[in-house]
Amino acid sequence: MDKRNNKAWLYLLPAFLFLGFFMIYPLIDVFVYSFEEGYNSASQTFFGVGTYNYSYVLHDPYFLQAVKNTFILVIITVPVSTGVALLISAGLNSIKPLKQMFQTIYFLPYVTNTLAVGLVFMILFKKTAYSDGLVNLLINMFGGGSVDFIDGPYWAKMFVLCFYTIWVVMPFKVLILTSALASVNQQYYDAAKVDGTSKLRTFTKITLPMISPMLFYLIITAFIGAFKAYSDAVALFGTDLNAAEMNTIVGYIYDMLYGNSGGYPSYASAAAIILLVLVLTITCINSLISKKHIYY
Amino acid sequence: MKVVLQNLTKTFPSRNKKVHADVVAVNNFDFEIADGELIGLLGPSGCGKSTALNLICGLLAPTSGKIFFGDDDVTALPPENRGVGLVFQNYALYPHLTVQQNILFPLQNVKGADRLSKADMLARAREVAGLVQIDELMERRPSELSGGQQQRVAIARALVKTPRILLLDEPLSNLDARLRLQTREELRRIQRETQITTVFVTHDQEEAMSISDTIVVMRSGVVEQVGKPQEVYDSPVNLFVAKFLGTPPINVFKGKVIGETLFIGDDAVLTVKGVTNREVYVGIRPEGFTLADSDAVSDNLLRCKLNRVEVMGRDVSVVSTHAASESETIRAIIDAESAPSFNAAEVGFTVKPAKVFLFDSRTEKRVFFEV
Repeated sequence: MDKRNNKAWLYLLPAFLFLGFFMIYPLIDVFVYSFEEGYNSASQTFFGVGTYNYSYVLHDPYFLQAVKNTFILVIITVPVSTGVALLISAGLNSIKPLKQMFQTIYFLPYVTNTLAVGLVFMILFKKTAYSDGLVNLLINMFGGGSVDFIDGPYWAKMFVLCFYTIWVVMPFKVLILTSALASVNQQYYDAAKVDGTSKLRTFTKITLPMISPMLFYLIITAFIGAFKAYSDAVALFGTDLNAAEMNTIVGYIYDMLYGNSGGYPSYASAAAIILLVLVLTITCINSLISKKHIYY
Repeated sequence: MKVVLQNLTKTFPSRNKKVHADVVAVNNFDFEIADGELIGLLGPSGCGKSTALNLICGLLAPTSGKIFFGDDDVTALPPENRGVGLVFQNYALYPHLTVQQNILFPLQNVKGADRLSKADMLARAREVAGLVQIDELMERRPSELSGGQQQRVAIARALVKTPRILLLDEPLSNLDARLRLQTREELRRIQRETQITTVFVTHDQEEAMSISDTIVVMRSGVVEQVGKPQEVYDSPVNLFVAKFLGTPPINVFKGKVIGETLFIGDDAVLTVKGVTNREVYVGIRPEGFTLADSDAVSDNLLRCKLNRVEVMGRDVSVVSTHAASESETIRAIIDAESAPSFNAAEVGFTVKPAKVFLFDSRTEKRVFFEV
């Protein structure tokens, strides 16, 4: 290690210390907790070491429900939100008049207070003593029966949760994709036009590959974000998510730590490690697939 | 395919809100490109040559005027229906596709009965790749190619659909000096082999002169002169064209004609029949000077203060100054063998009448004279 190398390490040290203290040490700690059976954080004692925590968590119907919910959320919201964002961005990019205004409108949800958004969703979906909500009004208009979206059947609640998640993550994606689309050199489109390329082919063969790095970034972060979903479910269904069958993995971890059924850091740790493994696996698969299809 | 441009005009709305007049990029273009010809649109940057190219290509629609390919009026046709191949200044190769995929791309766009079979497409791609000599690069990505190779790929992509017209936008400007010379020859060869009518745009007069059958000299949207390169060089219609063509550039002096004698400063240099008493600009090509013997006493001598002599091998370039010169120095190119030693402070030149052009001092239009 020569002198210049030492200097580099010195510069990295502050960030490294913080990362080590607040990221790596807790991660190791969680890993250790997950194998300590019956750990009590107050007395700092545990009964033994083993895989019982994992076995408990994996057999807990609430956890299995949370995993199912999370997977449904991921599988629906990631492709839908990315696809719709791509369509909106492509649309925004091709209009000329009032472009700025439309971009602002599509970005508004990003800067809107979550509580305000929650209120809007209440008006849209919640059944109260006075009204069935705007969506039910529409369903009634077309001759359907009212559905209780907040306290009703599972699919209705899942629909609202997905809808809400997509709505919340959309503006950021639109913003990123609009700028990615705008950065594609106009000459490629001119070249394609002279060669008589159809609009669809131009989009799939030129535009998509050109913005693929950005698209990949969005998909990865969308996966991770959806796996870590929790607050959206709370905003819609309240804190007792297990009762509402709408819990997510992160929600389960929270409940195990602090919720009404809480006080079990060992179970929470085991669940957290399972989540980490899930996210890691999906991200690795994503990277492997993208290597083949992404042009940088 | 013959190309006819009829009163072609393109204006752009002014960006400047205070000035409402439109910007005229191309003003009343009116000329004909013969079948199989290589034509160079030449002019300083911003003169509208690229706009003219885009009009022919169809990426821009003219404000007024008509474009014919052969007998077809293509003015209203979109670019894909005109049958043009366009090579962009930066080549615009699709970076995510290999060379072969890039060349195949235009063929794969074709739909319906005209669509070739896969094998035919490949054969066609190989054929044009052979023509531009990139057969061995087919599996590479554009980023793995040199500038010259990228350009060949761009030309191959433009040619693969057998266009009626090939258009090249500043085809050589992104290449280094040596490659430029080489590619210039290459372009000429490809054009000869394919016999395709080709229009190319350049600001480099040497480039335009060396490979074009015809050059079109442009200034601020207006065609100044159309002709064979040598003709335009030997007989420019105005001062702009004279100045724009030739390296080193033409030497320009303020002069006047008294009687029928041309004076530059106080030096009477030439008898010009047919021109009488007027103020003129005098343009003299660098090769239009002959060094006079220092002892000789001649009437028709242009006397200049010697600055320096640059030896360039075959020729020497004599750099001197004259009070009536428009530029700081005058450059005369003379044969190295006939050059004497230079130690005098003053040199005297006689001028070759064929290399001397007179221009009206106000309109800058050519004033013809007889020797």
